[in-house]
Amino acid sequence: MLSYIVRRTAYGVLVVLGVLFFLFALFFLVTKPDDIARKAIGDKAMPAVIEQWKKNHGYDRPLWPGAGHLKDNMLVEHYRRMLTFDFGRSDADDTLILERIERGAGPSLSLTLPEFALGVLLGIGFSLFVAFFRETYIDRSTVVLSVLGMSISSLLYIIGGQYLIGKELRWFPISGWDPSWAVRQRFLALPVLVGIAASLGSSVRFYRTVFIEEIYKDYVRTARAKGAGEVRIMTRHVLQNAMIPILTSIVTEIPFLLMGSLLLEASFGIPGLGSLTVDAINSNDFATLRTMVYIGSLFFVAGQIVTDISYTIADPRIRLD
Amino acid sequence: MAELLASHIASNVVVGLLLLGLFGLWRAVRKHRLWSESLRSVYRRRPIAVWICALYLLVGLSDSVAWVGGQQLGADTVSGHEPKTLLDRAFGDTKEKSYSAPLAGAEFYAKSALRHPGTHLLGTDILGRDVLFVTLKGVRIALLIGGLTSLIAIPLALLMGVLAGYFGKWIDDGVFFVVSVLQSMPSILLLIALITALPKSTLSVCVALAVTSWVGFCRLSRGETMKLRELDYVHAARALGVSEWRIIWRHILPNLTHLIVITFALTFSGLVLSEAVLAWLNIGVEGSWGQMIAQAKSELSREPVVWWNLTSAGSALFVLILAINLLGDAIRDVLDPRTARERQ
Repeated sequence: MLSYIVRRTAYGVLVVLGVLFFLFALFFLVTKPDDIARKAIGDKAMPAVIEQWKKNHGYDRPLWPGAGHLKDNMLVEHYRRMLTFDFGRSDADDTLILERIERGAGPSLSLTLPEFALGVLLGIGFSLFVAFFRETYIDRSTVVLSVLGMSISSLLYIIGGQYLIGKELRWFPISGWDPSWAVRQRFLALPVLVGIAASLGSSVRFYRTVFIEEIYKDYVRTARAKGAGEVRIMTRHVLQNAMIPILTSIVTEIPFLLMGSLLLEASFGIPGLGSLTVDAINSNDFATLRTMVYIGSLFFVAGQIVTDISYTIADPRIRLD
Repeated sequence: MAELLASHIASNVVVGLLLLGLFGLWRAVRKHRLWSESLRSVYRRRPIAVWICALYLLVGLSDSVAWVGGQQLGADTVSGHEPKTLLDRAFGDTKEKSYSAPLAGAEFYAKSALRHPGTHLLGTDILGRDVLFVTLKGVRIALLIGGLTSLIAIPLALLMGVLAGYFGKWIDDGVFFVVSVLQSMPSILLLIALITALPKSTLSVCVALAVTSWVGFCRLSRGETMKLRELDYVHAARALGVSEWRIIWRHILPNLTHLIVITFALTFSGLVLSEAVLAWLNIGVEGSWGQMIAQAKSELSREPVVWWNLTSAGSALFVLILAINLLGDAIRDVLDPRTARERQ
């Protein structure tokens, strides 16, 4: 067990190092420091100004390690900064990136956590209900409805929600933000609602498939032969056995909750990490962008390791060696 | 000028090749009983979806065949020299000054008379372009996004997956590492990082989408190849001295074709929807439905509301995605023996 954890963690570290190299290739080799400087201060900037900007932002070193600058080059510097969480300043407005990320995590979580928890509960409950009524018109119409829901672009959910609930019905404010929790709730209601509606179709479809697959297994027939009621079979037998594939899909999403929701935050004016990323796109802030990708992959890899290890606890049949 | 000329000739050649490819595919399908039966079975399940997809394809093709000359279009003198597509010619000159409601005779806000009163079925947008025309122009872009991306992603994924699955050892380790690295980045962030780093063009968006979407199929084809490699007829072929490449070509790949078709159908709609999200973030493809929807957001806060832009782009997108989703499900049901159990 211990050797598995060590090996799994070592591979995770290797993957993160791989991600960092990918980011280096993308943001230093494909887009050169000169391009970044020009995008930040304008195409017509004097060469001297560009050199000064590169110096200020630490882009003035040679790219690769070589004679005389084995340690003082962009590749080593990139790895050193990322691994020590010394992300430096934004390319666009010189604010400290780490500070902005710390400030954005709270608002992001206050949107994504309720959306995620409610979405999963609704999805599982609804699909369990549908699986109970399998091969009836309730089931069939739900399948059709979920395909219809999946085919609508998430943009339309956002626009529709803002227009109908925000502008016409005036139940909740269209967009905005307030640090105090009492007011924040009102601003969060609409994005949470829209987020759940947009993902409900595909999640019901997925959970339903999992449940239906379990329903035709032998142990269900055994339970029925024993005289267990249909409701008991669904809640005790099927739900518990279906939890493994469901947990897999849920757990992989948890690390990304901290990264916020790009679309929802940007359209509802929530100052979280998603908005931070959108601002970074619009201002060509490459330093912030690559930091966000790095942090996202860090969360994902850590989450994967925890998931893999916790499987041994959830399912005794899985043996690690 | 020369560039414009070259680009429209290249696009015509691509259309020709595409039609030739479709014809070849049709011939190949007709020759194999199993494939033609599957095709007929898909059509029996979802006839309307098939016809809708064919209609979209037709509109997309008509917007890809272009030539110079012929009718002098528009009040502006430049447009007469530009290559015009079949679709452009079908619509002719439809430009107005600004917004007008569907089938209206006057402008929406200014109330001045239109140049072509009553002819704009879906009204005109802020630049005075006919919305039906602009929406139909979006068909080619949507198909391009889904098609070109699949054309990059699927062969790449197949190559990597089959090599990793068949040869194993260090090739498998290498491919699996690349897959793990790409998968560990949140796909929307990876997409954004790629698009901002690459030069701004349609091809860049497709390449970025391909980089984020090839991983899933790579894993799938790797797993399938590992299973196929151990089958008796592959062992027999190896014992008879058939070369590794010939085994892959003759025995492995034909057994993956149904997965290629299923993956293509099931990922296509996801790609088009992803582009809409990118358009919302201002990094999408010029002229796509996503861009129309993103622009229409501000139109809903106008008084009175301008709704026709949003509804036409939104429903064009919705109908295409719905048809492809339904078709994809039907194709999977017909071709994948594993889902047959689910239908009992």
